[in-house]
Formats: sequence, C-alpha cells, structure tokens
Amino acid sequence: MLGVVRQKMLGQSFPKIRPAVSVLRSYSSAAKQMTVREALNSALDEEMSADPKVFLMGEEVGEYQGAYKISKGLLEKYGPERVRDTPITEAVFAGIGVGTAYYGLKPVVEFMTFNFSMQAIDHIINSAAKSNYMSAGQMSVPIVFRGPNGAAAGVGAQHSQCYAAWYASCPGLKVLTPYSSEDARGMLKAAIRDPDPVVFLENELLYGEPFPVSDEVLDSSFCLPIGKAKIERVGRDVTITAFSKMVGHALKAAEILEKDGIDAEVINLRSIRPLDRSAINASVRKTNRLITVEEGFPQHGVGAEICASVVEESFAYLDAPVERIAGADIPMPYAANLERMAVPQVEDIVRAAKRACYRSVPLAAAA
Amino acid sequence: MANWVRISSRSIGNHIRKRMNQGFIGSAVDINKSSGSSSALHGGRTVCDRNRRYLNSLPWNRATLFWFQRFKSTVAEKQQDSFLSSDTDDDQLSLDFPGGKVSYTSDMNFISESSQTRVPCYRVLDDDGELIKDTDFQQVSKEAAVKMYSKMVNLQIMDTIFYEAQRQGRISFYLTSAGEEAINIASAAALTEQDIILPQYREPGVLLWRGFTLQEFADQCFGNKADYGKGRQMPIHYGSKKHNFFTISSPIATQLPQAAGIAYSLKMDNKKACVVSYIGDGGTSEGDFHAGLNFAAVMEAPVIFFCRNNGWAISTNVWEQFRSDGIVVKGRAYGIRSIRVDGNDALAVYTAVSAAREMAVNEQRPILIEALTYRVGHHSTSDDSTKYRQSDEIVYWKNARNPVNRFRNWVQSNGWWSDQQETQLRSSVRKQVIISLIGLDIHNLHFFSDT
Repeated sequence: MLGVVRQKMLGQSFPKIRPAVSVLRSYSSAAKQMTVREALNSALDEEMSADPKVFLMGEEVGEYQGAYKISKGLLEKYGPERVRDTPITEAVFAGIGVGTAYYGLKPVVEFMTFNFSMQAIDHIINSAAKSNYMSAGQMSVPIVFRGPNGAAAGVGAQHSQCYAAWYASCPGLKVLTPYSSEDARGMLKAAIRDPDPVVFLENELLYGEPFPVSDEVLDSSFCLPIGKAKIERVGRDVTITAFSKMVGHALKAAEILEKDGIDAEVINLRSIRPLDRSAINASVRKTNRLITVEEGFPQHGVGAEICASVVEESFAYLDAPVERIAGADIPMPYAANLERMAVPQVEDIVRAAKRACYRSVPLAAAA
Repeated sequence: MANWVRISSRSIGNHIRKRMNQGFIGSAVDINKSSGSSSALHGGRTVCDRNRRYLNSLPWNRATLFWFQRFKSTVAEKQQDSFLSSDTDDDQLSLDFPGGKVSYTSDMNFISESSQTRVPCYRVLDDDGELIKDTDFQQVSKEAAVKMYSKMVNLQIMDTIFYEAQRQGRISFYLTSAGEEAINIASAAALTEQDIILPQYREPGVLLWRGFTLQEFADQCFGNKADYGKGRQMPIHYGSKKHNFFTISSPIATQLPQAAGIAYSLKMDNKKACVVSYIGDGGTSEGDFHAGLNFAAVMEAPVIFFCRNNGWAISTNVWEQFRSDGIVVKGRAYGIRSIRVDGNDALAVYTAVSAAREMAVNEQRPILIEALTYRVGHHSTSDDSTKYRQSDEIVYWKNARNPVNRFRNWVQSNGWWSDQQETQLRSSVRKQVIISLIGLDIHNLHFFSDT
C-alpha cells in the first residue's frame, strides 16, 4: 500500500530517540507517483551520470534492458563499457566486480535473483566483505550487489528464498531492504556512494508498485542514511517491524487493527545491517509489545536478531513475549494454494498483534 | 618419485619398468595397447583399485601412488612407447616434470587461440533429409524410425499447445524445445532405460521418449494432486524416478558435477549404464561446467556431457558467451573425447550418442558431444526474442532448417511413412494434448462397481 506517514508532532518526551532526519522526511507532501522500478532506474542513471566510475554488470542488463527492466535505457545512454552484459557465471562476474572495486571503480553487480547469488557467495563474503578488515583498511571494496530477493509469485523454492538474514550476519557487509520508491531511490544512491560492499535486496513484486514521491526525493542529490529505520506509522499499542514487501502487509494489518482499537506502530527497517536497534528499542519502550515480520525462514532470521536485541536492551519494558512472523520452515512450494500458506499474510500479522495485546489466547510455545 | 630426480631416474625407472611388465600394477595394464581398447578396465574395476592394494604394502608414499595413476591415464601413447624403449637418447630431448615427460623446443611459439578451421560438424542427412553419400551412421529399423518421428511430432505439438495454454493463463510458465526436437528424441533413443538423465530444462523429449505421458506433463505444469512433484516445483521442472530422469533444477549447470558423481557411483557399483547430462551453450560459462568435466575425466566416470549449442542464452548470443570454437574444443582441455554433430539431424545425433554411450560404458570414460542447433522459440514464456534478434532469422530456422521435417523426409523416402499417417498422427496427438489440459479427468471417472 502507499507508504504515507501519518506523523503527529510528538512532545519532548523522547528527544534523544527520534532522529531529526526522519521527522523532516515526513513533512514532504506526496505529489508525483513513481514505481519502484522507475525509482531504481532513475537512481542508477543519476549515479552513473554523476560519477564515471560507476558501472553496471550482470546478465541481461544491457541489450535486454534488464531482466526486470531496471536498467532500461542505460545501455543506450552510457554504452557497453559501462553497462556490461555478462555470460552466465555469477561467481565470475561477482569476482570480476570485486576486482574492479579493488582497483577503484564502483561496480553495481546485478543478480537475476539473489537465489543465484549463492553461486557467487564466496566472492561476496570472502572477497568483498572481509577484504577491508583483513587488509587493515588498505583495500576498500565500493561494490553494490543488487537484485530481487525473496518470494515472487509461483516461482518455486529455487527462486523464492530471502537472503536478508544470511548476508546480515556477516560483518563487513551492509544489507539494505528498500520498500517504497523513496526508499529505493535514496538507498540505492547511498549504496552506490558507500565505500563498502552493500547487498541491496529488492523485491520483484514491488517493482511495479507506485508510491508517492516528493520533489525532495526526485532531486538528484537525494540520499537516505544507511542504518536508519523509518517509522511508517506511529502508534501506541504494539510495534510491528517489517522490511521490504512485508511493510505493505504490516501497514494493511495496522489499518485492520485500528478498527479493533489497537494502534500499531509500523517500523520499516530499511537497513538490516546495520540494524537500527535504537529506533526499534525506542519504539518498544513506548508500546511495550513487539511483533517482527519477515518473509524468510524463521530459524536464525531477522526477527530472531531483533528479539535478542530487545531482550538485551529493553527487557523490562516488555509487557508480552516478542513474537516473530516468518515464512514457513519449508522450501517454498510452487502451487498457489501452498505458496499462500508458506508466506506471511496480513491476517497472520493481525492475529499476532492481538495476541501481543492479550486480546486473544496466546499461542502455545512453538515446538 | 622416480622421474623427479633425474640422476637416479634411470635405475629407478628400470626398476619400475620391470615391475610394470611383470604385471605389478595390475594384470590389465598393457601400455602398448591402444588407448581405445578396454585394456585399462577389467570387469569394471579400475587399475586404481588394484594399484591401491599392491602399493599400500610398499614403502612408497601416497604421492608416488598418485603419480602412477596419473601417469597411466594422462601420458599419450607415443610418450609411453618412448619411455619404455631406450632411455638414453630420450634424456637429451625430453624433460621430466610432474605430469609426465614432455619434449622441449627452443622455438618460442604460442599456440594460436583458434585453429585455422573450425572443428567440422558430423551429419548424415542433408538439409532435405537425404542421406549423404558414403556416410557413416547407425542404421535404424523402420519401427525405431517411426517411433522417433512420432515422438518428435508429439514434442512439437505438446510445446505449441502448452505454450498457448500459458498465454491463456492456464499455466503460469512454460518453455519450448522448438527447433531441438531431433536432439531431444534422437539422443534419448540411443540410450537404454538404465541410463540416468540429468537434464537442464530444454529436454522434455527425453522423458517423452521414455514413456512419460502427455497427462503427466500437463499435471506437472498444473501442479495438481496427480503431479509427482505434488505442486512443489515450477512448471516444466519435470522429474520421474521410474524413468531415471532427475527432477529439473533451476540453477544453471549444477547438474554437471552431480552427473559426474552419479556416474562415479555407477562405476563403483559396476553397472553397465552411463549418465547423460544436458547443458546449453550459456551454461558452459558456469564454473560447474569446468568442475564437472574436469572431475569426470579424473574419476574416469561414464558420463556423456551433451551440450545443446543453440546460439542463444536468453538474449546473449554465443559470441558474447565465449570466444572458443564452440564447446567441442573444450573437451580436449579436460582430456575428454569430444565430437561436434549437426543437432538438427536426428540420425547424426542418434549415431553419435550410441557411439558415445558404448565408449562411456565399455571404457569408463566421459564423452563430450556438442550438438549445433538453433533455439527457434523464445527462451521461455517470460521472454520475447524478437526484441534482440531478427524475426526472419527465426522464421528461416523454423522452416528451412526444421529438424522434424528433415527427418520426416528421410523416413518417408524409405517408404515408412505417408502423408495420411502424418495427418492422423497430428490430429490424434493434438486431441490428446488438449484432453490432458482441459481433462477428461480419467483419474476421477467413477466406473460402475458392484461393491
């Protein structure tokens, strides 16, 4: 749904907690509509135009205009030296990308889906993520790995996994998960400008979704800070954290909950690594209840990390156990009815929020 | 060990030679025989196994054991002969290095990146389906030829109608094998039921040949309860244990090292069967291609790597995929025997695969076959290939170079097929395909019963 922020001006009760930047964000008036695809395309275009060292590499990014048309028009504008079509070798073009980054170029490597990044994961982790540390700062790797992540619709297990938790557990990487067009533009620009490796996890189903964007967002110098979450919806009763497509689900759930008198606060994490622990904890200290939502597998997931963080820092503030909503603990099935059961739905979030507010019987501890 | 220390090589070399001629390494080894014979193998057991038993009792370490095994399989015939004959004049002309003897030269010459002429392509039928004079091929019986032709027609019609079904929204995804019917059916026809198939994704004809019904294909595409995959996998990702056809897996080229592994298991189990794994031109860029072929060669595994070089990997054409002379030349880089065939010539594909199978099984070695063809259809229902290639190119290959028509001409010219049978076959297959999609659901038909 539309990521419209209904921000009320809060009193001075939490001066240290809410960063000024996100307050400013909320005052931008929604004017133009832009799809996430257009947002990414324009961000790439502007960054390539501003910095000649930035170039794009991946399968089908050039002639084909991008497997999902994210790089549409870029080959024509910047030529084959800066928009490189590659053979089908993820491991190699990730490795080559890291090599160019060692040298000083700024590659943006596209994976047709992050499921295929597994064929390149050695380069992402061992060649990109760890190099700066292992060389004591002598080598830097200003590379961006981007592409669709998580479930699409009816593409089966080998095309539907969410890699946020895997990459976010690795020091040396930054992991970003945009939701709206504003997120997509601001965060891709920030990622390209960042001197360290960034894993930029998009979502295929969001590519075509339009979001309102303000003039500020459309400006070519627009950039969002990495590591800062966004409060999409302010609330009092329960905190719901989500990222990527699940933000939309969480907002819908919040609307449903409002009718039942539960005022939910929805946090769009935006950045999984570094995780905005201060924003999450501040919210939990206000609402005293937390639901984490993610598409990926439950074990060792993003929700598990958030729960641990809250228990470590805000345990005394919790009035209910933290609940995590995640994808089912199975490889994603193809059949539509099975797939629906394997991915979190809006009703799952609504039910969890009600449990957290003691409006319904709490779930027995998971087996 | 012996060859690494030149000074004492002669004495140790003599010692080894004596032992080898006494059948020390294993009675099956007779280095003077040509490498094409089955001398290296005796009853499916490798020389390696015998080596291990003998050499474990010796004071030599594992490195020397490995050297023996490598020596046997990597040194070319000529070098073996010279090693065994006199060693006095050899020492002046050749160098000892790990990996065997190599002669040296004072001329600094780089091997050219490409040879003067491309590797020629084996074909049996000309473009009109007529037998080329004096050609070498495996004869097929009337029954086999008619079956092959019918299955090619089946595949063609199934592809057309299922593709349309996706466009109508009945199934979510499909990809065709248009233009590659000869590869699909003829390669399958040359194998036995025991041979294990690891496909890429454009080889449903192999499953069709083995008896997978049109209904079973449709069920998998629908992901309904009759689907063997129980709706877990995307459409066209067929798999059938009873047909020895491993379920199609999306990541490219992962099936190649897997195939080498399965072939190795067949070898250990002494089975008279091989593995056939398919890959496209694009897939050969993957690291797994290198790993799979290299290891199959080292393990001497009975696997046929069948590369369908159809010119396109989605929108990437072969010039942007690699700079070698296709895939066939890569075989030699791994020590694998290879051949290039006309993939649109069913008889050529049939003959090449039959010969390859025999070598793979009897000599326990991998074989690489590159079949040149053209991907007539789009990559899949998610692609529109007119965006990156000329429509008249597609039409040309669809009509003038059609493998189905070409084979039909040959079958008909033998008097084994008629126009009337053609019409009958096509209309009957069409009917069956449509029924499989919209279902006269025979699974749920209730027959009268007395109980």
